[in-house]
Amino acid sequence: MSVQKFVVGNFYDEPVLFTAVKKVRRAGYKLHDVFTPFPIHGLDQAMGLRDTSLHTAGFIYGITGTSTAVGFITWALTLDWPINFGGKPFFALPAWIPVTFELTVLFAAVGMVLTFCYLCQLAPFVKKDHFNPRSTDDTFVMVIECTEETNEAEAKKFLESVGATEVTVMEKETGWWLGRYDRDTEPTAQTTNA
Amino acid sequence: MSIRDQFIIPKRYNTVSLLLMAIGLLSIGALWFTHGAKGGHEGARFWASLLQNSVFFLLVVNASMFFICATTLAWGGWQMAFRRVPEAISTVVPVIGVICLGILLAIVFGGDHSIYHWTDTHHVAGDPVLNHKKGFLNKNFFTAATILTIGLWSLLGWKMRQLSRSLDEHPISDLEGRKKYIWNNTVWAALFIVVFALTVLSSTPWLWLMSIDAHWYSTMYSWYTFASTFVSGVALIALFVIYLKNNNYLEYVNNEHLHDLGKFTFAFSVFWTYLWFSQFMLIWYANIPEETVYFKPRAQGIYSGIFWLMLIINFIAPLLILMTRGAKRNYGTVAFMAVLIIFGHWLDFYQMVFPAVSPDHVPMILYDFGVALFFVGLILFVVGRALTQAPLLAKNHPFVKESLIHHT
Repeated sequence: MSVQKFVVGNFYDEPVLFTAVKKVRRAGYKLHDVFTPFPIHGLDQAMGLRDTSLHTAGFIYGITGTSTAVGFITWALTLDWPINFGGKPFFALPAWIPVTFELTVLFAAVGMVLTFCYLCQLAPFVKKDHFNPRSTDDTFVMVIECTEETNEAEAKKFLESVGATEVTVMEKETGWWLGRYDRDTEPTAQTTNA
Repeated sequence: MSIRDQFIIPKRYNTVSLLLMAIGLLSIGALWFTHGAKGGHEGARFWASLLQNSVFFLLVVNASMFFICATTLAWGGWQMAFRRVPEAISTVVPVIGVICLGILLAIVFGGDHSIYHWTDTHHVAGDPVLNHKKGFLNKNFFTAATILTIGLWSLLGWKMRQLSRSLDEHPISDLEGRKKYIWNNTVWAALFIVVFALTVLSSTPWLWLMSIDAHWYSTMYSWYTFASTFVSGVALIALFVIYLKNNNYLEYVNNEHLHDLGKFTFAFSVFWTYLWFSQFMLIWYANIPEETVYFKPRAQGIYSGIFWLMLIINFIAPLLILMTRGAKRNYGTVAFMAVLIIFGHWLDFYQMVFPAVSPDHVPMILYDFGVALFFVGLILFVVGRALTQAPLLAKNHPFVKESLIHHT
């Protein structure tokens, strides 16, 4: 199978981007992602993204933290090594609540960060697709994923017709990456002369 | 469908509010004949019921004005689409305020010391603890502070509403004028917040409620009371918003706004639990008799059922039910939880007041429900009238656009 290809368009205006996203989806292209320098309200709905299930994962991690804390402290302080603290019962639940709370937060936080990294495929040295360096600065970058049915030239023309500039076709990065961005060369791109 | 900008009170709304008030008055009457008229400890049960209900509902409706002022100070715009609703709810403050003032003064000057032991000067003289608190817990200070508190809430609330309504007839078109208007709003809101901090957040619950257990004290108490009434206040706002929305009013309010109200309800339920626990755990841990005396009848005595039930209603239920995004955006779920939360915090106030007044047995709670219905009916009646007084959208406010395009 050949290397995955993308058609990348650049936008300067939010309203243009919004209508372009709708038009691209209606035309049946496979939208890979849209990169913006800041969060844009409503863009996820326009792109048809489903709600993330990250918070469900967070809830499960939290519950795990709660039961770990309560379970461990109960075992330690009532079964394994009961100690009399000021005449309190061995099973002194109110005193354990702060620890339980902290462990719930810890489990939920760490678990969600790791899950987030997994979902986004983020890890040290993993090579990420860098479609346009300006997407972290001042432009909105829309990326269409090429499938078997996609005609690149047509897709490029279509993107230009909906208001994109600097439309390029790029290949997917593969493998690991060791080095620094400032020393790295520009992303592989075939600039159009349309 | 035409835009309905002005609330018209439906016939059924009126009937229901009047009916509730009638049931409430009947309950108050029944309570008077079975307990109140007998005086002494039996009479205290009558006055305690009025005290609990009037203070609870006064603080709940006043939380609306706190909501307005807090969002104003934060330069929030999202609430503008329904801001007339908390404004209307806050018009109840002077009404219940006068009732509450009457009840408080009747208890203090009624000559019976069963509720406020510190009003008995002979007893105080021989009681070193109460004697020590004499500077704070005395009739003159209590009366002055109570009148000042209720007066300032009403006055500053009235000013905030005036500021909001002044724009309906005279819109401001220039930028400088709008900036001045926002600044003006900010100053008055800040004044209200300062008064609020010195009353609900510190002295008022100590005076009105904590002094029932005159020997006991907790610095956490006022914050705890505030959290209780604020979450109920937001729930009340949400209920009215949902009611109006269901009747084709408030066309710019959508589930984005409801989501934020739901977040407030959820967050402050957790905040309330945090304060409840902070108060409970320190006393439980230190285990000093003069402090644990408060929790003994509540957590382990005859009131333990109500005590733990209200913890489930006010913490576990909102935590699990309102946690998801979908629940907070669902009108049915939010309405159900709002009713449940208001009831839960009413129970909270019940267990704050009654164990000291009736330590031997839990009083028949149905009477107190009846008394509560009077205040619910009164709130419905006054808020309904206040909603008809002004357009439901403060359309000339500089921030209103922010609310119309609000998106969470």
